[in-house]
Amino acid sequence: MSWFEKLMPSRIRTEGTARGKSVPEGLWTKCDACAAVLYRPELERNLEVCPKCDAHMRIGARRRLAVFLDAGDQVELGADLQPDDVLKFKDSKRYRDRLVQAQKATGERDALVAMSGHLHGLPVVAAAFEFQFMGGSMGAVVGERFVRAVNAAIEKKAPLVSFSASGGARMQEALFSLLQMAKTSAALGRLREAHLPFVSVLTDPTMGGVSASLAMLGDVVVAEPGALIGFAGPRVIEQTVRETLPAGFQRSEFLLEHGAIDLIIDRRQQRARLASLLAILTQAESPVVGVG
Amino acid sequence: MASADLDFLEFERPIAELEAKIEELRYVGDDSEVSIGEEVARLQAKSRQLTEQIFRNLSSWQISQLARHPRRPYAADYIAAMFTDFEELHGDRAYADDAAMIGGVARFKGRPVMVIGEQKGRGTREKIERNFGMPRPEGYRKAARLMEMAERFGLPIMTFIDTPGAYPGVGAEERGQSEAIASNLMQMAGLNTPVLCTVIGEGGSGGALAIGVGDRLLMLQYSTYSVISPEGCASILWKSAERAAEAAEAMGITAERLAELGLVDEVIAEPLGGAHRDWDETAKRLSDSLSRHLADVEALDLEAMRAARYERLMAIGHFRE
Repeated sequence: MSWFEKLMPSRIRTEGTARGKSVPEGLWTKCDACAAVLYRPELERNLEVCPKCDAHMRIGARRRLAVFLDAGDQVELGADLQPDDVLKFKDSKRYRDRLVQAQKATGERDALVAMSGHLHGLPVVAAAFEFQFMGGSMGAVVGERFVRAVNAAIEKKAPLVSFSASGGARMQEALFSLLQMAKTSAALGRLREAHLPFVSVLTDPTMGGVSASLAMLGDVVVAEPGALIGFAGPRVIEQTVRETLPAGFQRSEFLLEHGAIDLIIDRRQQRARLASLLAILTQAESPVVGVG
Repeated sequence: MASADLDFLEFERPIAELEAKIEELRYVGDDSEVSIGEEVARLQAKSRQLTEQIFRNLSSWQISQLARHPRRPYAADYIAAMFTDFEELHGDRAYADDAAMIGGVARFKGRPVMVIGEQKGRGTREKIERNFGMPRPEGYRKAARLMEMAERFGLPIMTFIDTPGAYPGVGAEERGQSEAIASNLMQMAGLNTPVLCTVIGEGGSGGALAIGVGDRLLMLQYSTYSVISPEGCASILWKSAERAAEAAEAMGITAERLAELGLVDEVIAEPLGGAHRDWDETAKRLSDSLSRHLADVEALDLEAMRAARYERLMAIGHFRE
């Protein structure tokens, strides 16, 4: 052992023989925003927010709901729903194969997970898009699960919270997917008639048909910092207007400045601040919330 | 003939050529002693036959070209043909008047109604003014304002869909294109007045749906309705816009296919050769269909009508459970 290795603290010392055994694959990751090398378990504890620069990375739907809702009494809604390829859609690949691949990769049956539970003791229903499942695209299962979440909220007389992360409608379900925009929006109309609040949280990215329906219909529309949010994708717009887009265009901060959203909330504060907000809108006692 | 080339599609060329010949003969016939009436009649019969033959087996891609045909009647043309006392109302009361979206009060067979439609332009200047039929948020907000007013005054609403899509521009994004579309969807689903929607040409995605939620969805025979344009779909899924014909087929964007899928209430047959060959006849058929559907919808009381509209929406989409 050289003098330098002796000086090195043992926790960061890597012995030639132990390497590969004690350090599992992917224990380190890099932040796309600030390029900092991050320790994976720490990043996870920090809800996939970079501890160095606060960049909000994407987080899986199931994990998001698990950390957002109170532990212990989360009940999944519409878990058994499965996509059905009635159009037998085939592009360069068959839709059926794409579905199987997405299901294997994510462990989900489709791109939306909905749960009924509590938030700091307040009964709520929450839904989250799984972006890793075909870009979080909205097809019939996503639409139906969302509607069931709305119905559960009405039944429980509870508020609804949704976390969008989607490229838009699912092309492989063609017009059926477009019409899910109308279906989900109509259901939200019922929620509104029932005087129950809907908080829509826009996360990276919220585009196209999802942005132009349920995502923008929140009584309160919240965004995570730095999320890409818009109707048309930046590339489409660039091709249409033939000019470079301004810096920060279609990012959360840009939307806030243009009056399109109510506020931007850091992921690590969402539990506390949304609980407090929902308690006000439902005329409930102020919940006892700690940090996170 | 170069200028006329813009006025017919590639697969219409044989018909156009034959008809040019008939016109020529007619012109000659005016000051000729030779009777050419028989020859004209013969050519006309041949033209009809040719048209029938060509239109019997149109591909989805050909139909989407017909839906965008430069001579196809637009919303304003149907309004002029089917309604009386039309008074166009302008503006969203907040930002601008969007010429890609027109609307106003009118009478339909004597009955007061609200009419809303997406409007393309003819000729370069009007096309630009109408932004090629691609509404901006202020267009959707104008429509929302008119629909709210219609509800207040008990006017049934008739919408005419014809757009490549909502405009993808910087200003449109800044002014909340998504929100404008989304709020129309929610509003229309809950309107306390009959809403009849007709796709007359291109039903381009969210931009079409934003005036397309109602008690009935009708489509003209050669109109299309899709989640994304065939070109857009092809460039994303096939990585090449050249594959648009395949994308059009795969998505099932034609009126006939969408009716088979149970998404359309009625397909209105167009005159031989398409709506652009006979505007008046097309308008007459559409008008008849609309009055039938309006009577059916109005047979329900408002509450039942709204409930039925909601159930229709909730039933859309296939899944296994």
